Amino acid sequence: MDTLLFSLKLSLQVATVATVFVVIIGLCTSYLLARRNFPGKELLDILLTLPLVLPPTVTGYYLIVLFGRNGLLGRHLYAWTGWSIMFTWYAAVLASFVVALPLMVKTTRAALESVDEELIRASYTLGHSEFRTAMKVIFPLAKRGIFAGTVLSFARAMGEFGATLMVAGNIPGRTNTMPLAIYSAAASGDRPQAVIMVVIFTLISGIFLYAANKLTRRLI
Amino acid sequence: MIKKMLLSAFLSLFIIAMFCRIASAEPPVDITVSAAISLKNAFEEIGKIYESQNKGIKVMFNFGASGDLMMQIKGGAPVDVFASAALKDMDELDNAGFVLKDTRVNFATNSLVLITPMSSKIALVSFDDLKKAEVKKIAVGNPKTVPVGRYTEETFQYFKVSDMIKEKLVFAENVRQVLDYVARGEVDAGVVYSTDAMVKQQEVRIVVTTPEASHKPVVYPIAVVKSTKNEKAAKAFLSLVTSEEGRKILSKYGFKTAGQSK
Repeated sequence: MDTLLFSLKLSLQVATVATVFVVIIGLCTSYLLARRNFPGKELLDILLTLPLVLPPTVTGYYLIVLFGRNGLLGRHLYAWTGWSIMFTWYAAVLASFVVALPLMVKTTRAALESVDEELIRASYTLGHSEFRTAMKVIFPLAKRGIFAGTVLSFARAMGEFGATLMVAGNIPGRTNTMPLAIYSAAASGDRPQAVIMVVIFTLISGIFLYAANKLTRRLI
Repeated sequence: MIKKMLLSAFLSLFIIAMFCRIASAEPPVDITVSAAISLKNAFEEIGKIYESQNKGIKVMFNFGASGDLMMQIKGGAPVDVFASAALKDMDELDNAGFVLKDTRVNFATNSLVLITPMSSKIALVSFDDLKKAEVKKIAVGNPKTVPVGRYTEETFQYFKVSDMIKEKLVFAENVRQVLDYVARGEVDAGVVYSTDAMVKQQEVRIVVTTPEASHKPVVYPIAVVKSTKNEKAAKAFLSLVTSEEGRKILSKYGFKTAGQSK
């Protein structure tokens, strides 16, 4: 029962935090990709989309190479603070963030690109700054896509397993999100535990999707 | 007109000939061996010898934590031979009737060591030192599915450090992952088999070997799985493992085999 409650709470926590970052960074990045041209633009798009195409274990491996205690970035963090992100719930957030970001960027970029250029130009001719136009015209007109991207990202973050297992590890009481806990229970033959968690996870996901659909219809 | 007839005649003959070849070809025999991952290096070498001695038979290895492998076999995985790092996993299969009882034999033993990254500057000379504040993370096998994790748990209890280091434990899915965590410096210490430490001698330092009294003996049993479709080939693999040749290879990698004192 403890495992169930803890892993559920952790999964929701990790997915929410990851989604917040995904939305913020996702909106900025997709805006740049949709409305600007700069050298390396397509390379950036490919880099951002890679975690969508690569198996989560490959993504996890790259994260270890970058953020492990001896990783390219991780070693400096460790040298300065004596702290490593590996085997902490922050690593689970990082893994979920990396795999969910492409979903947000892809959907948002498409939504932004489909905003009627006439309306944007009208806003500029009326004297609004780019920032104001973005906030008052472009994003609101793209809100369906943005919302869809957010829902997809949250769902992806909740279900993240491969990369999470590699960077956060499967530590009961600390980093075992629900997918990891289910895997543990199944692998050790604890069928009752696994079944309960699977059912609860499915119910929660179902409720979440229902709520998301309802919200879409009402607000958007 | 003639050309068309010749062409279709030729094609039909060709297709018939191909059919005959496929129909009469011998299906390739291969055996699948699920073995504890600590046996990886030794078994891969034994596998090569087996293939050269038994032309036409391929050995497919499936390495992992004994607990995971055991669950796979229970779930009906088409495995011919099973070798685990503990009696518990083999017993579970044996009691459930998944192995051929008369093929079951213990073929090797191992010892447990406490290791630390070669680059680590923490002064570690005993299990007791794991309580030190500088030791922040200790990699151990997941006791639920990994035999080395269970042996480690027993050792920690023997040295009475379990409670104090509980928060520092990082669970790995198999013993080689424990080894990898230590070798990469992701953790400050870990517990693996002495044979695993040998594989990464440059990257890990052995702090101490566990006394025999601190945990159940590390015994490796092997058996032919009942559902095997290649009983003869499977039994031949077992014979090779327990033969003089097999024992020599196992000793080379640090395992102790029956009949040899080391």
